[in-house]
Amino acid sequence: MSTAPNIAAAANARRPAPDGSETFVTFVVHNQLFGIPVQRVQDVLMPDVIAAVPLSAPEISGSINLRGRIVTVIDVRKRLALPPYEGTAQKRRMGVTIESGAEFYSLLVDSVGDIMSPGAHEHESNPSTLDPLWRDIAEGVYRIEGGLLVALDIERLLDIAIKF
Amino acid sequence: MEDDLIKEFLTETGESLATLDLELVRLEQDANDPALLGNIFRLMHTIKGTCGFLGLMRLGAVAHAGENILGKFRDGDLAVTPAAVTLILTCIDQIRALLTALEENGVEPAGDDARLIAEIDAFAATGVPAQTSDTVTAPASLDEEGGYPVAAELLLEVEQAIAGQSAHPALPAASAPAEPAAAPPAPAEHRESAVAGASIRVNVDVIETQMNLISELVLIRNQLMQTARRQPESDFKVPLQRLSHITSDLQEVVTRMRMQPIGNAWAKLPRIVRDLSVDSGKKIQLVQQGAETELDRQVLELIKDPLTHMIRNSADHGIEAPAARLAAGKPETGTITLEAYHESGHIVIRIADDGRGLDVERIRAKALKNGLAAESELAAMSEQQILQFIFNPGFSTAEKVTNVSGRGVGMDVVRTNIEKIGGAIDMKSVVGQGSEFIIKIPLTLAIISGLIVEAGRERFAIPQLNVIELVRVSAKSGMRIETVNTSPVLRLRDRLLPLVSLGKLLKMDAPAAGDSGNQFIVVTQVGPHTFGIIVDRVFDTEEIVVKPVSHLLRGIGVYAGNTILGDGSVIMILDPSGLAGTVCQTQLGAAADIAETPPAQAGRADGRTSFLLFRAGGSDLKAVPLELVARIEDFETARIERARGQHVVQYRDHLVPLVAINPAHVWKDTGKQQVLVFADDTRTMGLVVDDIVDIVQDTMSVELSSDTEGLVGSAIIAGKATDIVDIGHYLTLAFADWFERDGELARDAVQAGRKVLLVDDSPFFRNMLSPLLSAAGWQVTMAGDGADALKLRDGGQNFDLIISDIDMPRMDGLALAQAVRRDPGWRATPMVALSARAGEADIAAGTAAGFNHYFSKSHRASLARDLKQVIGVCGEHAEGRVTRRAS
Repeated sequence: MSTAPNIAAAANARRPAPDGSETFVTFVVHNQLFGIPVQRVQDVLMPDVIAAVPLSAPEISGSINLRGRIVTVIDVRKRLALPPYEGTAQKRRMGVTIESGAEFYSLLVDSVGDIMSPGAHEHESNPSTLDPLWRDIAEGVYRIEGGLLVALDIERLLDIAIKF
Repeated sequence: MEDDLIKEFLTETGESLATLDLELVRLEQDANDPALLGNIFRLMHTIKGTCGFLGLMRLGAVAHAGENILGKFRDGDLAVTPAAVTLILTCIDQIRALLTALEENGVEPAGDDARLIAEIDAFAATGVPAQTSDTVTAPASLDEEGGYPVAAELLLEVEQAIAGQSAHPALPAASAPAEPAAAPPAPAEHRESAVAGASIRVNVDVIETQMNLISELVLIRNQLMQTARRQPESDFKVPLQRLSHITSDLQEVVTRMRMQPIGNAWAKLPRIVRDLSVDSGKKIQLVQQGAETELDRQVLELIKDPLTHMIRNSADHGIEAPAARLAAGKPETGTITLEAYHESGHIVIRIADDGRGLDVERIRAKALKNGLAAESELAAMSEQQILQFIFNPGFSTAEKVTNVSGRGVGMDVVRTNIEKIGGAIDMKSVVGQGSEFIIKIPLTLAIISGLIVEAGRERFAIPQLNVIELVRVSAKSGMRIETVNTSPVLRLRDRLLPLVSLGKLLKMDAPAAGDSGNQFIVVTQVGPHTFGIIVDRVFDTEEIVVKPVSHLLRGIGVYAGNTILGDGSVIMILDPSGLAGTVCQTQLGAAADIAETPPAQAGRADGRTSFLLFRAGGSDLKAVPLELVARIEDFETARIERARGQHVVQYRDHLVPLVAINPAHVWKDTGKQQVLVFADDTRTMGLVVDDIVDIVQDTMSVELSSDTEGLVGSAIIAGKATDIVDIGHYLTLAFADWFERDGELARDAVQAGRKVLLVDDSPFFRNMLSPLLSAAGWQVTMAGDGADALKLRDGGQNFDLIISDIDMPRMDGLALAQAVRRDPGWRATPMVALSARAGEADIAAGTAAGFNHYFSKSHRASLARDLKQVIGVCGEHAEGRVTRRAS
């Protein structure tokens, strides 16, 4: 498992956004840019072995060992009902690790992008045409240069129904 | 023991003094905080009480002076002035100095503190001059509300018990010099280092962090080892080896650091119970079981006080005075049982007493009075529900004000402490019979031994505790998986084992075809259920740290947790009771409910027997007790030969005679012949059957005694009329000398409805005799040893006759006889000993222990006759002469 350059340090190095807007760790899933608040991110890693957890929800890829802590890996593609990843073994996916309620989760994404602090004026609420599944998870959309950044609500992202 | 106590005293008092320092300073700032004052007083009181208990006279005197003045603060007789606080702090410093000396030398230093004490007393006297001449002996009712004053109360009582009991005079006046008083503390060589430094309390978070760091270290070690393996000539090789060993040792140390046998938390309880019983004039015995059960250190700390408290409650309020017990028909000596064991991912601690039980009416009234429930609500509640009020915080406080050691005191604290560590407490109480508390603590913090298996290319851990054995299924081993309808089963020795495929259960892909075809079956037990888990591979057993699963995985039900293995990989720990639920669909809820049946005993104690149902020599359903059947075999008919006019088969290098139920049995020429194999110590015999129908559990109750040779009689088993086969008959057909069966016994139904308890550790013998007794009209209950037999007694059962083996594990026949003869309820029950050893000395020992009759097991020919004689006679005149029958 390898750890990417320290995200928190990178975030600190940046000038805080003047209008008090949020700073995001961005990542790409199925060519869409997403962001989650930088304060929530513990670590970015590239999972070696993901231990499967049979009978768990399909969104759950399994568990990994992050420095002695067991971290639940969530496949963001499955969570967002996107087609499966078609990368090769050389081009592995990244895990964006976050903490929620004393537990650790790692979000499996295609690739991790820059740290961004879009201005509050660039924020839009979810378009009404957005897929209801996405609308539930997305907290809003930022119009940034060259594309759109979908800000995700972590708690709702982690709210995975357990099917018995 | 004494040494440990002093060590603990030093640690505890050191902490108390630190608290006192802080609190006194706070008191100076807010002199009118009664809670603070109460707390300070109690801390000092505890120190004083403990000193008295341990015979530390000098310390006790100083602490007493301090307590005295604090008492005056509390009662408002003295104002809290800085001068007064300084004086008390001086007093604390002196205590600390004495403690240091005690720790260094193991005894109190010589000399006295008369000056300091006089100073303190003088100060106290300036407020109320008349109060100075009291002695160290504590006033009896000083304890205050707030907190959880178990230790203080206890010590107070223990101290009083000692003061009132021992030959030593009550503790001397405050100015007494230190003298070699009661129980000189431990010899000096036992304390080579500072005690308070030798054991420290560490926050569990620190240990957790340490554990995590070590896991990380293991990972790095493994990476390095892998790298080094690619460079065989590397200079790093040797140091790496050392690093590897040290890492492993470190891991082990941290693991061990967290674990302690629960017995450590019990160490003081026997003494407490003893002192309380002396104090109250009761007779109490404390039975401890499972003291070696290992428990996470932190958990242990947290349950120590609750356990002490509950034991004390049981001794104090549960167990009645001897006279009251005798009047209630109970043994004079009350029993408190303390038991700990692992059960399906939990540590279960059971505290039971055979005392008077909780007073439901009082609790109801109290709950009503304290406004915990309305009358209408209470009316709708069951007794057990009402009893639960004792766990309510509002319940105990009120009680405590009126009665310092009142019942129910602090049960809310007990519950809070247990729930803090994710545990649960349950309680049952029957008026007149006693109460039982069951504490269930999850293994969340614990370390277990896990068997690592593989299915569908994933590894899983199965708690080793639940694993009975491993069976390899392959063409070579002769074991194979069969199916009934679609359910897989395995013939394992004398029974059909239901199986569950882990891969299928977890909906995983089957392993790649072309695998050797080998599979393994992990024979697993959960409560009364035994089943097999089919896995693809079995690895080693590892010590694993159980970590709770993420809440996203909690609902799945087949996982008890997850863990990180030594190689850094994450695996799931299977929950055997969850798996059992899918195999044995029914009753598992009940089996998992610890309050219902004690494990292991469930099958036998209720009189149910497992029967093998089969057809042979006709369409009638036939049955034999399953425990008698050693094996079920399919023999190729070609292997069946004839010798000495009998059909025989070569089986494990022996000739095994085959017997058919129907003498006119037509032996097949081709195919296979199903055979039930019966075996005694030395001989083996096969009974030819047409087909095996089922295995059922039912009570053995012969409805119709039989005149037909080879049948004990007919019974209703699983709702069908079934002939119970008298295996004894066929054994004699196979081996004329096996033993002679006395046919009359079966027909003698004089004793209809009388109850006999058959105690023998040999299932063969038990099952041999049981049908004979049953056919003679006795209602047979079986027990595997003396301890099991006594459990039946504790369950309130009575018998008209006890037949017992002598040599048994746990509790032998002699001990059983002695216990029976002491028991007021069972005393008069006639007892028959059956033993392989029947020399004059053995018989004399048996008679002395209380057996009425003593028979040799080895003479089977006469055994049935002797038994018949005895069971025909006893009941009418139970006592009578002792029958002897030496072999």
